[in-house]
Amino acid sequence: MKCRACGEPAVINLKSYSTALCAPHFISFLEKRTLGTIRRYRLIENDERPIVAVSGGKDSLSIWFMLNKLGYSADGVYINLGIEDYSDISFAKITKMADLLGKKVYSFNIKTLVGKGIDGLAKTLKRVPCSACGMIKRYVMNRVCIEHGYTTLVTGHNIDDEASALFGNVLYWKEEYLGKKNVVLEARQGHLSKKVKPFFLCSEREIAAYAILNDIDYIRDECPFSIGAKTLIYKEMLNKLEELSPGTKIQFVKGYLKSFVNNRQEDTKNTEKYCSKCGYPTFSGICNMCRMFERLNIEGQIGFDEYDPSVLDRKERLMT
Amino acid sequence: MTVECDGKTIEYDKPIVIYRLMEHLSLNREIYLPMVNDRLVTEDYRAEKGDSVKFIKVVSGG
Repeated sequence: MKCRACGEPAVINLKSYSTALCAPHFISFLEKRTLGTIRRYRLIENDERPIVAVSGGKDSLSIWFMLNKLGYSADGVYINLGIEDYSDISFAKITKMADLLGKKVYSFNIKTLVGKGIDGLAKTLKRVPCSACGMIKRYVMNRVCIEHGYTTLVTGHNIDDEASALFGNVLYWKEEYLGKKNVVLEARQGHLSKKVKPFFLCSEREIAAYAILNDIDYIRDECPFSIGAKTLIYKEMLNKLEELSPGTKIQFVKGYLKSFVNNRQEDTKNTEKYCSKCGYPTFSGICNMCRMFERLNIEGQIGFDEYDPSVLDRKERLMT
Repeated sequence: MTVECDGKTIEYDKPIVIYRLMEHLSLNREIYLPMVNDRLVTEDYRAEKGDSVKFIKVVSGG
């Protein structure tokens, strides 16, 4: 198969776009597509200061790499969930990328705060690990933005994440969630940072290829707690449809954006309140995190470690 | 040729086109990216004797 742009051997076949591309043209294609999403949905404006939520996986490391390459200067934030081996390997991949980009990473360690990893905490809270993980990540990532002056939290969510979540919400008619997912979630001054998903219309397959072609060293092992997760089952089903009928996922997600999003978001803005202790949005008087702190008798001080390659460089230079 | 997928390694004696190999192994092309000798290839690539073929799983928890 030849590259549609230059005739050189292609490295990837994009059936949903009826094309095949070589490495340089594919990289350019995905960057243009992402840039198009950023501009069309006004994800990162000139006066904004973005930070990327990094996990060590292909999606977050690729968007961090790409944003900085495209001229959007962005630091990173990492939540260490205390998962044996997996968390340490993930952080090593993140610091490697931070060194390459010369960007700072804030890291939060759940064990430092509650004395146990996500599995132990989930057992204490009688929740499944993924539910506890989601609650902590959303809260902590918002805190880093509010406390350190970042206006915009960037995540690596892709079309497969969005299509599978949408599929699950439609399957069980979770109307309260329909319409909440979007390419951009606007900020609420002093309470909630803006959240954006530049890879919203890019597939996992495309992002993995981008990571491989740019030698991005990402963690390929799956989070041990995601094994058997419904999200993965939905993704597999959607990918079977996509293989039979290319373009299905993008039609599904674009159709959703067109039909649902604008009508539903105003409703949630009017019903949400703010936590009386920390100011985080909540549907009741106290948010879930503050409730958790109370239950575990913890003074809710979210502290961040900072990994800053520019400081390390200066220190190393001074020592030599 | 050696074929690696999901932590398993299989030996193949004869040259084979990647999409045929994916069919034999029941691999969805949306879920696995083919690499031959550490380079990404399209599914019509013909892997020869001595090649190292890897299928990289692209799906993650999300």
